[in-house]
Amino acid sequence: MTTGRPITEDDLQAYVDDALDHRRRVEIEQWLSSHPETAQRLTHDIAIRGQLRAALAPIADEPTPAELNLDRLIERHGRPIARRRVWSAQLAAAVALAIIGTGAGWVLRGASQPKDYGVVALTREAVDSYAVFAPDTGRPVEISASDAPQFIDWASRRLDRPVSIPDLSPSGFTFIGGRVVPTSHGPAALYLFDNGKGTRLALLTRNMARDQNAPMSSSDRGAVNAMTWAVDGLGYSLVGPLKPSTLRPIANEARAQFSASI
Amino acid sequence: MMVIVEPVIPRLRRYARALMRDAALADDLVQDCLERAITRWHQRRSDGDAQTWLFTILHNLASNQRRQWARRGPHVPIDEISQDGLASPAEQEAGLEQTAVLAALDRLPEDQRAVVLLISIEDLSYAEAARVLGVPVGTVMSRLSRARQRLREDLAGQVAPSAPPHLRRIK
Repeated sequence: MTTGRPITEDDLQAYVDDALDHRRRVEIEQWLSSHPETAQRLTHDIAIRGQLRAALAPIADEPTPAELNLDRLIERHGRPIARRRVWSAQLAAAVALAIIGTGAGWVLRGASQPKDYGVVALTREAVDSYAVFAPDTGRPVEISASDAPQFIDWASRRLDRPVSIPDLSPSGFTFIGGRVVPTSHGPAALYLFDNGKGTRLALLTRNMARDQNAPMSSSDRGAVNAMTWAVDGLGYSLVGPLKPSTLRPIANEARAQFSASI
Repeated sequence: MMVIVEPVIPRLRRYARALMRDAALADDLVQDCLERAITRWHQRRSDGDAQTWLFTILHNLASNQRRQWARRGPHVPIDEISQDGLASPAEQEAGLEQTAVLAALDRLPEDQRAVVLLISIEDLSYAEAARVLGVPVGTVMSRLSRARQRLREDLAGQVAPSAPPHLRRIK
């Protein structure tokens, strides 16, 4: 049963904090059964910990005073991230475009239209994915960069075509991982990049029913900008809190790499 | 941001108050902390979590405050916690025990108190507490061990279960 690992003082502290995994906990409990003096010491530590928690718990239950109201503080200091209202307006616009696009898109089919529904929808989906996953501090990616082959395999299967991960390190952005996300146009692969200074970029790619080839178009979405293009039926949209003049060369870099890999 | 930061605010308040022992000052620090978080939201380390980042900002503000006091002379602690903190002491006995344990907490050196609060009260992991305090995990562990020894000795006989009069330190 025992792994023979020596019991350390750190283990005993973790025992008090209930921070051990089940197996180690059982080992410590076995060891304590033959070391009653330490066992008593830990029982005492656990009792003090419980008393402290009970004594300080009421502070966290107090209502938050008005001066700590986050809404008001944000109003006063400017919004840190894009406004929801803008997105919903854009969503409404995209829906309206979809309705118009169903008719007009057919007429305009074939002509390379940066405003066409396909690319506009992809941009919106990419902006939405960025908004959900880029600020996620707990689990921004489903598969991290260390398991990149797994991610490529997953994304390639869901997109039904081989995908690759662009190397954006010349621009200072490292691939941190990705996931497959749903869009109203089927599964899409989401790649997240990070420059180590808190700036993240999201790259969304999916199959395009329309706009199978599209030149790069820039889209201003308030706090973020998007660069969207399509090559051979695969659409790409790169989103990040960067100026278009900064974002565009990065998108060009990614596009060149994808085109080379096809 | 709202979704991430808002649930942490009550804990930030608790940490600041227990660390500084002054409710009004603690809330001022939390307000400073939130303002910084808002204006520097995009500067936070993307690989760390927001909770650790917020506690780090708050802890640094508290340390600065302490340094200012150190220059201006000793601070007289205002015993806020034992009065305001205990909104509803369930039993008189429990109330006394809590007062004793809070007093013992106050007698800890500040670096040890911070470790106990982050780990035992705010449930940060050892690695997260190390990031907040800007020290190696090993330092967190030794501070925690020393803090608990001190609390135990300080409270010997006051907190159930009763402890033997002389506890040998076991290595």
